[in-house]
Amino acid sequence: MKTYYNPDDLAKFGKIGEFGGKDLAKKFFDYYGETFKDGALTEREKSLIALAVAHTMQCPYCIDAYTADTLAKGCTEDEMMEAVHVSAALAAGVKLVHSVQMINKAKELMM
Amino acid sequence: MNPVKSLKAQKSQLGESAFQLKVLNDKELLGNNVPLFRDKLEDINLFPLKPTKLEIFQINVGKMCNQVCKHCHVDAGPDRKEIMTRETMQKCVDIIAKYKFTTLDLTGGAPEMNNNFRWFIEEIRKVDAEIKIIVRCNLTIILANPKYHDLPVFFKKNNIEVVSSLPATSASRTDSQRGDGVFDDSIKALQMLNAVGYGMEGTGLNLNLVYNPAGAFLPAGQAGLEKEFKRVLKTKFNIEFNSLFAITNIPISRYLDYLLVSGNYAAYMEKLVAAYNPVAAVNVMCRNTLSIGWDGYLYDCDFNQMLELKVAAKSKHISEFDYDELSNRSIIVNQHCYGCTAGAGSSCGGEVA
Repeated sequence: MKTYYNPDDLAKFGKIGEFGGKDLAKKFFDYYGETFKDGALTEREKSLIALAVAHTMQCPYCIDAYTADTLAKGCTEDEMMEAVHVSAALAAGVKLVHSVQMINKAKELMM
Repeated sequence: MNPVKSLKAQKSQLGESAFQLKVLNDKELLGNNVPLFRDKLEDINLFPLKPTKLEIFQINVGKMCNQVCKHCHVDAGPDRKEIMTRETMQKCVDIIAKYKFTTLDLTGGAPEMNNNFRWFIEEIRKVDAEIKIIVRCNLTIILANPKYHDLPVFFKKNNIEVVSSLPATSASRTDSQRGDGVFDDSIKALQMLNAVGYGMEGTGLNLNLVYNPAGAFLPAGQAGLEKEFKRVLKTKFNIEFNSLFAITNIPISRYLDYLLVSGNYAAYMEKLVAAYNPVAAVNVMCRNTLSIGWDGYLYDCDFNQMLELKVAAKSKHISEFDYDELSNRSIIVNQHCYGCTAGAGSSCGGEVA
């Protein structure tokens, strides 16, 4: 069955520069690699953040990649699920905080 | 749920080394995404692969074990009766006395279950007081029977380096790989080792942990994992250790069975190929190691031993040991070797690149 997302395509990500924009791709991957190195945050903490962002962005490639990466870095099931809950809570919060705008407008309009 | 019997006892086809080699080279299962490992070595002028120097003498003293881990490349377990005899051990002692190896690495099964285990170590110490002796202790054996409770003291007395597997800092993931209750017993055993000085600063008694992924994924960087294991084990259990070795699971025996049953086999092999690192290939452990089986036969590594790929030399047995010939042999490679060359590489001592 053909789908827009193909799991095999994840392995091709690193080769996008072969189609065009080679220098830009290189700059991106260098930046990407550098970003995920140990710094003020550990590689492990960065991987959990990436897992949460992957869910926020609803990117199946990233969810695959960072599920494997967090497992490889020894993250527990609780840590992984809590990261996803942070993503979910933020997404819900983003919606709900807009209710203030709705309330403000409603108050303007209501008697 | 962990298996209760070895593949061999279950009469599984995967208990046979010839069948494992067939699966490792099966194009129907793998497609064309897994090139021949020997071609990868040819690309960097490393084929045939030759030893650098024989430094590590790794002896598998038997396949008997008190655990039945899902990933075990030995297919070890309580039902395995293959055990090294005292006669074969004596031959190993004679070789160690004659040639200068830097390290003796004792593995199994649970090596302590061999009735001649303690005698063997004491005999080795008589002929070589300096050689580093590593015992690959599965930890739970220390608690398995009162006769093993004093193992930490025995290890200390004989200046043994203890290397033990712990795939996670959580019970659920550890037990999913190594069996129910293994995490709790491992923690108790680590505390017993700490109590006699193992892993403690200034004692010189080395306690190193081995991290094997509990699943179909590759290990992350060793340094980051070590830091996290040290933090969690100290905080939660007041346990200390020296180093953590991250080891990639090799796709043979029970781990191969797990990959096939879980539908992860082809993807795992592709991951290994994608992570192939030529620098790791240069430093693979089989170049400075010789592996001895329970029956005295010689192999390039413990994995080739389990695949029954004896050394490509006339001297295939400890009784006909020929140092010069073995130093110049060609190391046998096959598709499982991708496991040792992925990422930062993998050896019995962890990363190599």
